[in-house]
Amino acid sequence: MPASNAIMIDREGAATRPRFPLRRSLGSLVRSSEAGLKASHFRRPWLAGGLVAPQLLILLFFFFIPTWKALSLAFVQVDPFGGTMIFVGLDNFTTLFSSPEYRDSAILTLWFTVVQCIATLVVAGLLAFATDNVMRGRAIYKGVILLPYAIAPAISGVLWAFLFNPTVGPLAQMLHELGFAWDPNRRPFDALLLVSVAAIWKHVCYDYIFLVAAFLAVPPSVMEAAAIDGARPVRRFLTVTLPMAAPTIFFLIVMNFVYGLFETFGIIDTVTRGGPAGSTNTLVYKVYQDGFRQLDLGSSAAQSVILMAIAVLFTFLQFRAVERKVNYQV
Amino acid sequence: MVERHIGLSIFCHVVLLIGAAAVCMPLYFAFVAGSLTVGEVQQVPFPLVPGSHFVENTVLAWNEGQFSRLYVNSLIVTIGIVTGKLAVSLIAGFAVTYFRFPFRMTAFWLIFISLMLPVEVRIIPTYEAVADAGGPLRALFDAIGLTGFIADRTGYRLDAALQWNMINSYGGLILPLIASASATFLFRQFFLTVPDELCEAAKLDGAGPLKFFWDVLLPLSRANIAALSIILFLYGWNQYLWPLLFTTEKAMATAMIGLKDLIPVADAQPAWNIAMAASFFVMAPPALVILLMQRWFTKGLVDSSK
Repeated sequence: MPASNAIMIDREGAATRPRFPLRRSLGSLVRSSEAGLKASHFRRPWLAGGLVAPQLLILLFFFFIPTWKALSLAFVQVDPFGGTMIFVGLDNFTTLFSSPEYRDSAILTLWFTVVQCIATLVVAGLLAFATDNVMRGRAIYKGVILLPYAIAPAISGVLWAFLFNPTVGPLAQMLHELGFAWDPNRRPFDALLLVSVAAIWKHVCYDYIFLVAAFLAVPPSVMEAAAIDGARPVRRFLTVTLPMAAPTIFFLIVMNFVYGLFETFGIIDTVTRGGPAGSTNTLVYKVYQDGFRQLDLGSSAAQSVILMAIAVLFTFLQFRAVERKVNYQV
Repeated sequence: MVERHIGLSIFCHVVLLIGAAAVCMPLYFAFVAGSLTVGEVQQVPFPLVPGSHFVENTVLAWNEGQFSRLYVNSLIVTIGIVTGKLAVSLIAGFAVTYFRFPFRMTAFWLIFISLMLPVEVRIIPTYEAVADAGGPLRALFDAIGLTGFIADRTGYRLDAALQWNMINSYGGLILPLIASASATFLFRQFFLTVPDELCEAAKLDGAGPLKFFWDVLLPLSRANIAALSIILFLYGWNQYLWPLLFTTEKAMATAMIGLKDLIPVADAQPAWNIAMAASFFVMAPPALVILLMQRWFTKGLVDSSK
């Protein structure tokens, strides 16, 4: 979910004064309507309308109307054959929150997302630290570590499903030889672990790119000063590099959560399909299951609304993160 | 680097080698599996050196999964997403930064809001929107009485003409994925950094807005367009959820769905060799893009999340 820091660094359009007295009286409203407008601009309203029209039309049909429908569906009960529709208020939500399945799904999603987020960051941080401290072969290491970015979550899922397949998978065989009763098709924890590993493997490269850039951006003078004061590389990393990269790390935590919550659908669908016994049925996967497999549209819409709320929350956090990133720059 | 430590240097190389090995390991085993016969894949222990059937398995997977068709579908959809999103966002970004027009801020905020909700959270209603793209228009014309009016006067059934089902069509695969404003914001941000003098000069020389856009802004945006195209290419090619929902006919599926269909299910013959061989040609295009255009890709990634 890439976004921009558009709002924070808007140029104040106040420099171009409103031309009409009436407009000036509208005060702040008019000033805000100048925000993000180039000082040198054109006045061809019809042309401008034509230029934004495609974007707005696509958004209307595939964003606003669907979102509106999801919001309204969340408060009604629809029978699967599309016949009747009854307004039920918050019933869908209360049923949802009292259902143990939904609670289990929420807890496992949280577990999965937190583990995935921390593990990805730690691994990426270690690799970025190492990259920062080697001279030879940097480009090659980078090239290889970036490779999983090209690989779709679904393919990452297929690869790991094979590696840990209890009958043919080479790594599963190794585990069996070591005495572990590994079987993600039957044991819930194994399944969750497998999905997490596939998700981490796919996402380390993303954090890695940003951390390498952030570590590189630490001014050499600061590092030299710390070195003169007698700080060894590891200490310098912990007390200088990491704090200076803190905004990036915050940003990455938010992005990892977004990835874990919304983008791991392909992995789950190819590795476990939410099973066994719902042990990998994350919130996003459950929306799909309930809506498309069980055709429980009301509940599914209510779940969508909850996810929307989470997504909006993370978007705000993401903007905060970007804002801080700007402020910290040396 | 401030000073050199041999010990640290060795440690770092070891860490990076382990990291690189962890990245390559699944790919290597996939390659090994893809080069064995069905019988060999099921051996215990699993062979560590590749067999000699990789080409054979690849050809088999390609034909069995009808990938000639699926690959073309994937390419059409990906190129549609890349060009569609670039075109739509470039002109929309241009309009909100370079034009004064009524409701400019409204347009801006409408676009801005769409950044908040990823497609995954509105799966079902978007599915409905695609299954019945004409629905909102029908409802609108009904409400304002246009449908009845036209039917009375000419006998033409407007509501029947507005039955657009986009399931199993390229439009249905492409359009919902273009409906996000991230790229518009990227270009808007970039346009704000373009010096005002350029526009002044263009105006003095008598250039209209479109000429300015085409001859000044577009050439300046070339680097951003390249970087964004790469990110969008990966995004489009790697789509999974949309094609899964929107293509019920095999002939309209994408390569990613074709690969999913090759994964052995519990009771069938464990033909992992075929699935693994197929995974290579499905991930080849994005992998090549990343390897060959690493610099642009990194720029695109860092820019698009700003």
